[in-house]
Amino acid sequence: MTITRRDFIRSMALKSAAVAAATMFPGISFAGWKPTDLPAGSIQWNKTPCRFCGTGCGLLVGVSGDRAVAVKGDPKCSVNKGLCCVKGYHSVQILYGKDRFKTAYVKKNGKMVPTPIEDALDLVAQKMKEFIKEKGKDAVAMYGSGQWSIPDGYVSSKLFKGCIGTNNLEANARLCMASAVTGCLTTFGLDEPMGCYEDIDNADVFVTWGNNMAEMHPVLFSRMLANRKSKTHVKIIDLTTRSTRSSQAADISFIFNPQSDLALANAICYEIINNGWVNEDFVSKHVSFHKGKTNIGYGIQDHFKFKDKAETVDFEALKTFLEDYTPELAEKISGVSAKNIKYLAALYGDPEKKVTSFWTMGMNQHTRGTWINNLVYNIHLLTGKISTPGNSPFSLTGQPSACGTVREVGTLTHKLPHGVVMKEGARKMAAKIWGVPETNIDPKPTYHTVEMFRALDRGDLTFMWIQVTNPMVTMPKLKRYRDGAKKDGRFIVVSEIYPTPTSDVADVILPSALWVEREGFFGNSERRTQHNAQLVPRPGETMCNTWQIIQVARRLGFEKQFPWSQETYIEDIWNEYIQFHDTPKHRMAPYKELTQRSGIQWPYVEGKETRWRYNGKYDPACRDDTFDFYGKPDHRAWIWLRPYEPAAESPDREYPFWLNTGRVLEHWHTGSMTRRIPILHKAVPESYVEINPKDAMSLGVVEGSKVKISSRRGSLIMKASINGRGNPPMGMVFVPFFDESLLINEVTLDAFCPISKQPDYKKCAVKLEKV
Amino acid sequence: MPIFSFIAYPENSMKDQLIKDLSLIQYCEVKPSDNKDVLILLTDTPDEETNKNLINKIKDLPSLQSLSMTFGHTD
Repeated sequence: MTITRRDFIRSMALKSAAVAAATMFPGISFAGWKPTDLPAGSIQWNKTPCRFCGTGCGLLVGVSGDRAVAVKGDPKCSVNKGLCCVKGYHSVQILYGKDRFKTAYVKKNGKMVPTPIEDALDLVAQKMKEFIKEKGKDAVAMYGSGQWSIPDGYVSSKLFKGCIGTNNLEANARLCMASAVTGCLTTFGLDEPMGCYEDIDNADVFVTWGNNMAEMHPVLFSRMLANRKSKTHVKIIDLTTRSTRSSQAADISFIFNPQSDLALANAICYEIINNGWVNEDFVSKHVSFHKGKTNIGYGIQDHFKFKDKAETVDFEALKTFLEDYTPELAEKISGVSAKNIKYLAALYGDPEKKVTSFWTMGMNQHTRGTWINNLVYNIHLLTGKISTPGNSPFSLTGQPSACGTVREVGTLTHKLPHGVVMKEGARKMAAKIWGVPETNIDPKPTYHTVEMFRALDRGDLTFMWIQVTNPMVTMPKLKRYRDGAKKDGRFIVVSEIYPTPTSDVADVILPSALWVEREGFFGNSERRTQHNAQLVPRPGETMCNTWQIIQVARRLGFEKQFPWSQETYIEDIWNEYIQFHDTPKHRMAPYKELTQRSGIQWPYVEGKETRWRYNGKYDPACRDDTFDFYGKPDHRAWIWLRPYEPAAESPDREYPFWLNTGRVLEHWHTGSMTRRIPILHKAVPESYVEINPKDAMSLGVVEGSKVKISSRRGSLIMKASINGRGNPPMGMVFVPFFDESLLINEVTLDAFCPISKQPDYKKCAVKLEKV
Repeated sequence: MPIFSFIAYPENSMKDQLIKDLSLIQYCEVKPSDNKDVLILLTDTPDEETNKNLINKIKDLPSLQSLSMTFGHTD
C-alpha cells in the first residue's frame, strides 16, 4: 500500500479533530469510524514528553527521514492515556518556523552579525571573565526557565554557584510557581505536591481555585470530566474572579473579588470548625499551629527585604483568629454569599466525600501567594483530606519542567540541588559532588527575579545570560526592565530558537537546539520525571543549552568540573545529579529505566513509584504506616493563621478597573512557539481585552472596538472582546499576554509576595478609553 | 491545497440537517458522532480562494451553530 502526502495530511487532519473531540467529549464515538494509523514503516514513532505545559503528557512523535512530521498521544503514558490538547497535537511544527535561529549572532556596530558559534561562545566566556575581574563575581547572572531541560538547569547551578561562586541564578518559574514552593515549604517543610493525577480518578469533589483548567490544563480537565461522567455524584466547583470555559463546564461557579480568596479560605475553615467537621484524630496526631508576621508589604521598592517569623500557637488560637472570618463577614470581602460559602465548607467537611483542590496562577501570582497556598492546605489538614487517593491539595505547574528543573534542581538564588545555600550541610554536599571547595558556594542568596532585573537596571549586575525564556515580554512593569537591559555597559546573552523581544536586546544570540533535537529530561506537576531522546538532527549550528553552558564553563577554566563527552553527557549529568536526592524522600529513577518508560514518579524506591507522599501506606520514607509529615522537625504539617490583606493596588476613581492577565488555550506563554504554528496563530492571531458587556456599553465599546488600556506604568491599545470565551465581572478586564506586539506587561505592576517573591499578574488598577 | 478539520456544532436538534447540508457541499467530508451532538468536518480544497469561499458558505448554513478548527494545512 502506498500513501500520498495528501492522504497523510488528510489523515492527520481527521485524527486531530478526533483527538480534540475525544478531549472535549470523553466517550465520543463516530459510528464505527476510527481514525486509522498510517502504514507501518513509513513513520518511526518515538516517545517524548510534550514541550508545552506542566501536565507532562506523553507524546509519540512520528519521524520520517530527518523530519518530525506527526504527533499522537502516548497510550502508555498514565498522564494522558493517549490524549493530547490542540497545542500538543501540533507541537512538532514549533521545530520548523521559517525564522528559526540556525547560527549565532553577535552585535557589531549596533547590528546583529551572523557569527560561527564557537566564536560566539569565546566572546561570552571572555565577557564573563572581564566582568568578574572588573566588578566581582556577583556582576554576572544567569536567568533560566521552567522550560529548561533538567541537565540545562543542573549545569548552570554547578557553573554559577559551584564554580564562579555567585548565587545570581534565577529562573522564570519564580514568576509562575514560587508561591507554590513557599506554600509547600512553610506547611510541609518539603516542596512539591503529595498527590498525583490518580486523584482525578478518585475524587468526589473538585474545587478549582482561580484556575481555568479547561484552557490551561485541558487534558487533566478532560480527565476530571470523564470522572464526573462515570460517577453521577461527582461535582466540579469553580472558584474564579472571571467566568471562563472552566466555569461553563463546572457544576457551580462562584465569582469572588480579587485577593479575597484569603477571606474565603478562612471562612471555609471557620465553618469546618463551627460545624464539628474537624478530623480530630488526624489533627491531634499530625498537625501543629503557627502564625507569622502580618502587614508584610508588597516589594514595590528596590532592595525590599522580608523575613517571616513563625510563632507556635494552638487550636484555640486558630478558632479565635477565624472569628473574623464568619461566612457573613467573608461575604462582605469576597462577594460570595454566606450561603454559598457554607455550601463549599460542607463539601470539604463531609467525611464521605473525597476532595481535590487544584490551583495554578490565580493563587500563585498573588501578593499573598504563600498565604493562600497555606490556607488551602489548612482546609485539607483540618479535615484530614490529604495524601490519600482523591484527597489532594494540588498546585499544577504551567511549564514542562518548572518542577523538574527549577524546584528539584534548585535553580533559584537561595537553592542548591539539595537544600539551600544558607545551610552548611547543603553546601558541603554540593561541594563534594561538584568537586569544588566548599568556600566556593556563597552562603548568602543574592537576587530573586524581580530584584535581579532591578539590579541590571541599576548596574549592580552587568552581564546576564538568558536561556529558554522571554523576560522582555513577561516581566511586570516591563518598560523599566527593558530600558535597564538596553543601558550602556550591560551585556546580554540570549539562547533562543526564534527572534523575540528578548533577543532584540541581546549582544550575543546563541541558537538553541529544541526539545527532540536534543536529549533531556522534564519533571511534571506530579513528581514524574520524563526522558526524551534526540529524535531529529539539530538544524544548522544550533546547540543544546546544556552543551552551550559546558562549553563556556570549559572556556572559563572549569574543565575538571565539566569533563563529559558529547556522546554521553546527558546520562553522565543525570548520574551525577541524582546523588543529591539519594534518600527515600526523593530518590530518582535510574537513567536506563527513564529511557524505557513514559515517565517515573519520585520518590522511586526499590523499583516502586510513590503515588502519595507523607502516607506510610504509599511512602517508604514514612516512619510507620500512618501519616508522617517528615519535612518538618516535629513531623507534623503546619496550619498557619494567615489573614486577609488587600492587594498592592486596587481600582480607584482614576483607574477604576482591575486588570487580570493570563493565557488562552491556543497559545503557550509568550507565543514565541505557538504563534509560529499556523493553525494556532490563525485561531487567536492577536491579543485582546475582555470587557464585561455592561462596562462595554457604558464605554460605548462593541466587539472589536479599539480600546486604550492604561495604568500608572504604561498603556496600550487593543481590540475589545465582549462575551467571548471569557467574561470578567463588571469592574474587571482580562488580557492574554501571548502577543509580543501588544505587551500588556507595560501596564502591570511589579508587586510580589514578600515570602515567595512571585509577582502578582492578576491585580492592578487600570482605566479604559474608547479610541 | 488547503486541508482543514473542524469540530462542527449543530443548532439545537439540527444535527441530521447539518450532516445533510455539509454532505451536499463539494470539498467537504463529514464524520458524524453517533453519541454526541457534534461532527467532524474535513475540508480539502484546491486553492486558498476556494477554501475561503467554502468556509463562508459553510458558516452561512442555518443548521450550523459554530465551528472549532482542529487542524490546518496550506502549502
